[in-house]
Formats: sequence, C-alpha cells, structure tokens
Amino acid sequence: MILTTPSQRRDLLARSRTVAMVGASPNVIRPSYFVFSYLRTRGTLEVTPINPAVQDIDGVTAYPTLAAYAAERGAPDIVDVFRKASDAPQVAREAIAAGAKAIWFQYGVVNDEAIRLADEAGLDVVVDRCIKVESARFDGGLSVGGHNSGVISSRRAASRVTT
Amino acid sequence: MEDHEFGFRTRALHAGTPPDPATGARAMPIYLSSSFVFDSTEHAAELFALRTYGNIYSRIGNPTVAAFEERMASLEGGLGGVATASGLSAQLSAVLSIAQAGDHIVSAASLYGGTVTQFTVTLKRMGIDCTLVPGDDIAAFAAAVRPHTKLIFTETIGNPLGNIADLSALARVAHDAAIPLVVDNTFATPALCRPIEWGADIVTNSATKFIGGHGTVIGGIIVESGKFPWAAGKHPLLSEPSPGYHDMNFAETFGEFAFLMRARAEVLRDVGACLSPMNAWLLLQGLETLPLRMRAHVENARAIAAFLRERDEVAWINYAELDDSPYRALAQRYLPQGAGAIFTFGLRGGREAGRAFIEALELWSHLANVGDAKSLVIHPASTTHQQLTDSEMTAAGVTPEMVRLSVGLEDVADLIWDLENGLRAARAAAAVRA
Repeated sequence: MILTTPSQRRDLLARSRTVAMVGASPNVIRPSYFVFSYLRTRGTLEVTPINPAVQDIDGVTAYPTLAAYAAERGAPDIVDVFRKASDAPQVAREAIAAGAKAIWFQYGVVNDEAIRLADEAGLDVVVDRCIKVESARFDGGLSVGGHNSGVISSRRAASRVTT
Repeated sequence: MEDHEFGFRTRALHAGTPPDPATGARAMPIYLSSSFVFDSTEHAAELFALRTYGNIYSRIGNPTVAAFEERMASLEGGLGGVATASGLSAQLSAVLSIAQAGDHIVSAASLYGGTVTQFTVTLKRMGIDCTLVPGDDIAAFAAAVRPHTKLIFTETIGNPLGNIADLSALARVAHDAAIPLVVDNTFATPALCRPIEWGADIVTNSATKFIGGHGTVIGGIIVESGKFPWAAGKHPLLSEPSPGYHDMNFAETFGEFAFLMRARAEVLRDVGACLSPMNAWLLLQGLETLPLRMRAHVENARAIAAFLRERDEVAWINYAELDDSPYRALAQRYLPQGAGAIFTFGLRGGREAGRAFIEALELWSHLANVGDAKSLVIHPASTTHQQLTDSEMTAAGVTPEMVRLSVGLEDVADLIWDLENGLRAARAAAAVRA
C-alpha cells in the first residue's frame, strides 16, 4: 500500500522498530549519514547500514546486502533507500525477498516500477520523503527548528504518541 | 491525529503551540534561557553538526521563538520560519542567505524608506548592488536582471503609496531568471494575503506591526516556501561547499530545508539579530487574534476612507479599496478580504495644511509606526522617508502634502470626530496661506 498521508507515515514509524538503510554512507557531509546518525542517536528505531564498501558506521555493523542482513537479523521493518532512482527496482526486489514490511524511498528516489513492485508484494511504500524529517514531524523535532510540522493538537505529547 | 486541513483562525491559535510536553502548560511558556544543556557529548556533537534537532543557544534557536516561527510558517503556508530582531533584520538576513559581495538584487522602488536605505546604502557598502524599478512596471524588473542578480523584492502593499504588487507576474519574471521572489508582507499580513500561494518563494514580515498588533515589541520573521530549486546552481551560497560548515553543501544535505537551515545556522548565528523569547511570546499572543483584528482594521479603514472622500479639504486618497484606485483590480485579486488598513491622502494646502491637521488631532497618535490597535498618523515626507533623496522620494511616491493613516480599532465615530477637527484646522491653515 502506498502511504500518502501524514498519519499513515506516523503510524508506520510508530509500529516499526528496525530500519535497514541501503546506501548509508560514512561520509559525514552526505545526506544519508545525516539521516543514519540522527536515527542512531535518537534511538527509537534500530538503524543498520547496508553497504558492501564499509565494515561499520559509527560502530554499527554494516551488511553487504539486504539478504545478508535478513539471514542474520530477520526481516527488517523498513528498508530505507538512498540510491539513485534507476537502482530502485533492484532494491525493491531485494527488500521483498528479505521480507521487509515497508520500503521508504528518500527524496528524489522516485521510480514507478520500484513502487509498483513493492506495492504489489504487499509492502507499505513511502515515496520522495525523508524518514528523518517525517520522524521529526511527529516527535517535535521539526517544531524545535521553527519548521511547519502541520501538527495541531491540544493533547499533551505523551498521550499523542501512539507507541 | 486525523488527516484534516485546519483553517486559518484555528492555526492562528494553535500552530506551533501544542501543550508544553514538560509541564502540560496550555499557554506557550516563555523559555527565558540563554542556553540549553546537552544530554551527552555525542548529543552536543550531533547538534553542532546540524544532524539532530534541539536547542543550543537562544541566538540560534529557542523554544518560545520556535513556536512563533512555526505558527508564522503555518499561516504564510511555508515550510518553516526564522525569526529575527526586527523586520529590517528579516530582510537583511533573507538577502544575506543567498547573496554576497559582487551580487545584485532588483527591487520595487516604492518601499518603506528604511528598506530603501538598507538596500541602496548598507547593502551597497557590503558589495551587493540594488536596482530600484517602478513597482508597476513588470518589464522593468525583467530588464534590470543581470547575470549575478540573486532575487527580486517587493512589498505586497507598498509603503506609503498603497500600490499593490502583481505577485504572480513578478514570480514569473523571477522564476524565468531562475531566482526567487521575496515579498515583504507587513502591510497585508497572512490574514489578508499569502504571497507563497501566488508564487513567492520567501516572505518577510515586520512582526512589530499587525502581527504583534498592539504597538509593543519589535520583531521580524522570514518564511520560506521550500519549493525553490536551490540546488540548480544559481545560488552558490546554498549549492556549493560552505566553509562555515566543514564544506557542507546545504542544498544537497538539507534538500527543501536548505535556505532555512543556512538562514539560521550561518546568517542568524553570525549576524546575531535574533528575536527575544519574551518578544516572541507577545507576538504569539498577537497572532491569536490576527484574523479578527485584520477584519476590524479593514472595516474601520473603509469607513474612514469613505468619510475623507467626501471632504473638500482632501485632494486625493491612495487606498486600493476605493473604486477609482488604479490598484483596485490587483487588490480584488490578491487582497479579496481588504487592502489593509494603512493608506495615504493629500490635503489641499500642502505642507502647512498637513502640519495643522496633525497638530489638531487628539485621538490619533502622531508617531512613526503602523499596525497598532490604536490609530496612528504621520507625515512621511518629514519623517519615515526624510532620509531619501528627492528622486528616491518621488519614486517612493512621497509628496509634501501626503498624510499616512494606520487605522486602528477604536469606535469609528470617535476617529471621524477627531479627523473632522483636524480637517477644520487644515482648512484654516490653507485659507491663511491663500
């Protein structure tokens, strides 16, 4: 199912625990490193790099492929994709094979075939969004930065969070 | 949370201010703390590297200020906001976020006098050139664009001329040149016009005016749409490695947030023109009633304009609510709920009549501000625009007989009673002169 609304993304994040990040980079000025480091230090999602070129990032063991990750750690809740759009169908096939429950295509990773493959295989699909920004939208991070979270609520944060 | 689109009045009350998670306080607390402790050395490093969200130091960000920023971003329909010490520092910070020495900007000429001097004197000293063009001449904007032009600037409602910018046309000119349209929305406020909906990329407001609404604190805000393609290469401050941040490329790293991140993390950090949390709190209070107040301001302004129009002492009125205004059609398009509550008129009898008029007023306050709940009056040629050259004054539309009104929320009969006294004095002064 393709998730298009804020509450669908919030609920996906709330019910997920593990994120396998395909294309995570150890280069500290790369966007994928920003997202990896944010998720790792925030701690509510357990993030693992999928990158055959590195042993680990900041002490978190990397796996060369999604299959290698799944063999050792089981199916990931979310496969987060930091690859060029033309690579996305292959990543989608690997995510399906690994038993992923959801696939999250980061900003600019837009490929109709990849979206269709994942959707037809029953995965939840998020397209052209950032998992860091969407996490921050619902936990108050965006608001701390003066950004427009779109969240309007008169409930205290503890009771708003569904986890 | 349901997926529901909340209306403007609801967002004016709620956006940015859910109950305080720490205490449950329903009103936004004033976080009057210069600095904030880190959870750990790793947390501190993540914050300084801009990889996580959180507070470091109130020059760069503060919870009460952030609430004001988010509410303004919501009301203007933008991605986010950066609050500043004043409206002028909002404009300066917006320009410095995308332009540097050797660059150029194009602006409408009919602007607040302080903005004209910021652009033509202070920015020029910093190596940024500005070309002022007639605000109604769309082709002149296009013709003034050079290879190093970084933005086009206009006010929604020009001060003091009351001219209305053709926002869609200006956005097209800007986007054809691959540069953003920056709009100062102070006289309209987002209650009456949201420039981003018409194609503007960056909006500034002097929050001192209708946003605060009560003539109390000085403040400003930049809101950005998040839609401008900063990575395209026309703005190297955003799309090339930044020496201020370990050669990070803001456009690549932050995507749609590139402008907002640089405006905060480099310009606000290094220029230091931040908004006080105390002031942010007062501005949040003001925003809660902004939609209601703007409706009442417009209602009173229309009644005052109708009164002045019938008076022999009045030579002309510049108010886009009037049928004979050259800006009526633009106002109906961009400001359907009203062309604001600030307008100018000319007294027969020139400068002397103007002086006599202002000195005879009891209820209207003679001062250099607009957008107060209380009604205000001023003579621009001798005050807000006196630092301009004659040609700049002409370009800005300031004439010796011009009086500017900022119509407040008093009983309109009382405002008219006072104006009648002023007009009587103006008529007497004009008769003596004749």
